[in-house]
Amino acid sequence: MADLYVGTDTASALEIEAVDAVVDASQGPALIQETERLIRGGKRRIDERRQHLLPCLHALQRAAGWISPGGLNYVSTQLQVPPAEAYGVATFYDLLRTDEPETDGDITHVCVDVACHIAGGPDLLAQLKNDGVAAHSSPCLGQCERAPALYVQGRNQADSVAADSDPVVVPQLGDPTLKLLGRVGRVDPASVESYIAFGGYKALAKAFTLGAPAIVEEVAASGLMGRGGAAFPTGVKWRAVAAESGQKHVVVNADESEPGTFKDRYVMENDPFAVIEAATIAAFATGASKGWIYIRGEYPLATQRLENALAQARDIGFLGDNIARSSFSFDIELRRGAGAYICGEETALFASIEGYRGEPRQKPPFPVTHGLFGEPTAINNPETLLNVLDIVLDGGAEFAKIGTAGSTGPKLFCLSGHVAKPGVYEAPFGTTMREVIDLAGGVTGTLRSVLVGGAAGTFVGPELLDMPLTLEDARANGVSLGSGVVMVFNDETDFFPVVERVAKFFRDESCGQCVPCRVGTVRQHELVIRSKGTFSQADLTLLDDMDQVLKDASICGFGHAASIAVRSAIALGLIGTEGAGQ
Amino acid sequence: MLLWGSNAREAHPIYFHHLLKGIGNGATMYAVDPRLTSSAKFADAWLGLNVGTDIALANTVANYIIANDLHDKAFIDHSTTGFEAFAASVAPWTIEEGARITGVPAAAIAEMAHAYATAEQAQILWTLGITEHHNGVNNVFSLCNLALLTGHVGRWGSGLVPLRGQNNVQGGGDMGSLPDKLPGFQDVTNPALRGKFEAMYGCDIPAEKGLHLTLMFEAMGEGKIKAAYCIGENPADSENDVAHARKLLSGLDMLVVQDIFLTRTAELADVVLPASVGWAEADGTVTSSERRVQRVRAAVPPPGECRHDIDIIADIATAMGTDWGRPTANELWDELRQLSPAHAGMSWDRLEAEGGLQWPCVDLDHPGTPFLHGWLWADDLEGRSPAPFTVVDHEGPKEQLTEEFPLRLTTGRALDSFNTGVQSDGFASPIRYGDALDVSPTDATALGVSDGETVDVSSPRGTVRMAIRIQPDLPVGLAFTTFHFPELVDINLITSDEWDRQSGTAEFKAASIRIDRLENATTEGAPVG
Repeated sequence: MADLYVGTDTASALEIEAVDAVVDASQGPALIQETERLIRGGKRRIDERRQHLLPCLHALQRAAGWISPGGLNYVSTQLQVPPAEAYGVATFYDLLRTDEPETDGDITHVCVDVACHIAGGPDLLAQLKNDGVAAHSSPCLGQCERAPALYVQGRNQADSVAADSDPVVVPQLGDPTLKLLGRVGRVDPASVESYIAFGGYKALAKAFTLGAPAIVEEVAASGLMGRGGAAFPTGVKWRAVAAESGQKHVVVNADESEPGTFKDRYVMENDPFAVIEAATIAAFATGASKGWIYIRGEYPLATQRLENALAQARDIGFLGDNIARSSFSFDIELRRGAGAYICGEETALFASIEGYRGEPRQKPPFPVTHGLFGEPTAINNPETLLNVLDIVLDGGAEFAKIGTAGSTGPKLFCLSGHVAKPGVYEAPFGTTMREVIDLAGGVTGTLRSVLVGGAAGTFVGPELLDMPLTLEDARANGVSLGSGVVMVFNDETDFFPVVERVAKFFRDESCGQCVPCRVGTVRQHELVIRSKGTFSQADLTLLDDMDQVLKDASICGFGHAASIAVRSAIALGLIGTEGAGQ
Repeated sequence: MLLWGSNAREAHPIYFHHLLKGIGNGATMYAVDPRLTSSAKFADAWLGLNVGTDIALANTVANYIIANDLHDKAFIDHSTTGFEAFAASVAPWTIEEGARITGVPAAAIAEMAHAYATAEQAQILWTLGITEHHNGVNNVFSLCNLALLTGHVGRWGSGLVPLRGQNNVQGGGDMGSLPDKLPGFQDVTNPALRGKFEAMYGCDIPAEKGLHLTLMFEAMGEGKIKAAYCIGENPADSENDVAHARKLLSGLDMLVVQDIFLTRTAELADVVLPASVGWAEADGTVTSSERRVQRVRAAVPPPGECRHDIDIIADIATAMGTDWGRPTANELWDELRQLSPAHAGMSWDRLEAEGGLQWPCVDLDHPGTPFLHGWLWADDLEGRSPAPFTVVDHEGPKEQLTEEFPLRLTTGRALDSFNTGVQSDGFASPIRYGDALDVSPTDATALGVSDGETVDVSSPRGTVRMAIRIQPDLPVGLAFTTFHFPELVDINLITSDEWDRQSGTAEFKAASIRIDRLENATTEGAPVG
């Protein structure tokens, strides 16, 4: 509200400049002294500006290397956010620090998550530290095809990923059956003209002739399910949002943080206009006038490509007022996450955009009625949206012919670990796991296990190699395809550190809101460490109990999934059997 | 909501929660106050007017509303009188002229006027910033004019809201502790009304109006009042020009004080009657600002020789030769219900069962009255006369700023203290800063004083010594302090001796002062800022 108790620490000129740049570019400060006798403020102004808190904190972090007490006070004053709340937000995110940095320069984040772990991530981190580089371990950076992955958080300059300057690798380049990756590697991702030359914005034009209700019905007829992991029918979601009135939103959930997942980054880096066109169609179909892309903070190239694409789309009238001279107006704001896995959960993502700690909310009410800022919201994953372009162009029925009856359409799979050519591969639903692994050049060595669905997924054995990758087959085998992670491990893998890392991931990334999850993920990690890879019956019972408590008493999927991978690794004998431990 | 001359967040913290609820539900709030108060920090806009220019601002708002055809003509025709004369009287108040006199930018005045006039529901809320002036009643009239002009009165959600300073100020007036009213606001000069009381009590009641507090002190000075019985009031600290007031109290033949603490007034008394705490040790009722009568119950017995007010008064009656017995609070309440039509329907049981009732509540089936003046909207005005506009002119504070006394002093309250501190000085508070005089950084620089420095503060009536607190929320030329700490700083030694002849309220809000550094102060004091 107002009348804040701000401490005595003051911001440096650099910090003030950084915060002012964000605040002035948006709506200005929450409190404005117009004259000595007139000050404007009030809850409405303050509420409207809260959403700029995270961008301001990003700016402070980049300028000063941390969120200093003075910087925090300054941003609190400008936005009229209580300093304690701003501190609560700052401490929520990995990329924001509230301790003084050890260096005046950049910080290197080294991925030590599963795929990078088996590729030597921890060794690389140790070596960098040894060489005097300011380096920190990081959860999955979404570059599993380049394991071990690095990401440099810039000080007074843009963030960077060295590998981004390498030419893009497109293993399936030229395959005429490609639907989602058809343009990747061919289109110039920095040019809207190039995108149009490759058929871009045809779907939007057709969407305008179809009309909003027809699009929603085509999407429903297509059987399209969300590709972010929950596999909710997109048509049902859109229909519900379309039925609402008032201010509505379309949110692109590009906070791709599930370990082993990098498909959305790949698409956003190499075909950014497609994501924007599809989001525009989603907005037209649902009647939304505001769009948001929430992209994870560790994706500098995808961020830059999207920013450029948004600007170009605006320039030629494909975003903004009266798009393509229609009566439809829509624009998209890009927001960066700051290193929090949980912000991929849709309601946590809303909280993050709104300027609060990224903690999930209780559902119902669902986002279709109470989403971003409490308003009706269609939130979709970039991959899900890409499918909409083909659905609009070819019709829902045609789309439904791809894949299986229960799982329609093409799917992107993230192949990593012990395969010859890790990367993003497109295959229709129903392709077997073996076929998908063969697309990536097959296993290097002898297959021992595949982690399907990411850290929140399941370790499976070679006996499931011929399982068709569909939602229904996965369900029948007690696994989840999740976001399409197929992480391969050969029989030389030391699984104990891998599983310990998965347990640590959940411990680190629990938002802490639900006590069972906050405590349970810690107990699980401790138990894995203590076991040294050999579990007593009491340990196993305890793990099962904790799993049950987390399923019963966590409000979001994070707690529900927190022990799937660990327990599946034990069940499969990857750890916990003689000789597997250390 | 126009929060006008009220720092409700500190002075009415419970009520302020209701304002915050309104803000949370989307209401817009304008704060009109010479200071950027902590309440004003919750407002959509703060309009910092010059002290004592409330009528100028209200008249400017009125003129803007009329000139822009935003007034409620149907309501004015049907429910009011005197509009033409009023409109003519405010015609010179262009927003430019209003801005010149009040110091508030013209555009902001226009904006507030437009927002108030066009809102579906709007309220004007005020407290002592309006009333503690030599023309406080006229200040109130100027706000009432705005409500009549726009029809923001007598309707659910719209109205004029004077916030009461304590939980039972309203109840005190309701019960007849006013110079001209019997309980239930029944005029003492009306023979029929007076007759009801005389029949019940079997005695004659003086037909003349009594004296209000300020006139009582004048009467003491003239020797017309020789004895006073003071219940729960501490005038020896709270009166303006307090040295004079103490002298008068000390000069009485007889002063009886009935209080829960040995106040400074009690120290001057011939007899002190230790009383009990209303909200903890006694049964009865209190009546809030919204006229809601609520039950209070004794939780603990009074300590030591302290006694209930009812018992003390009954014993005094006995000593004076009339046996009243020992009435209970409930019995006294039922007696009131027989005499005051506004309270007739409020049985003890109903007050308990319904969580309080708002007067008027004329019989046991009456639901109580959530808002007053609904008759203004009745086709026949319920037989009453239309409400008159009252032409009031801007005067400004009586005490002008001079070369000798160039700064404006205004006094007020702080969140953690209550009035003269009788009930609140006994506990510590982490946000209490005590006796400092707030001045703006610009004035502090000009005066060469630093934060925390002790200075002499003088008005034409006297000098007090106190510390400076540099307060960026104050406009240039204005100084502020609370009156909570008379033991530390006798601020009412220097407050204005002007008062409103209509209400008897003193002009605490506008004195002219000078700040002098002490002789031994170093000119190179601590940095100012």
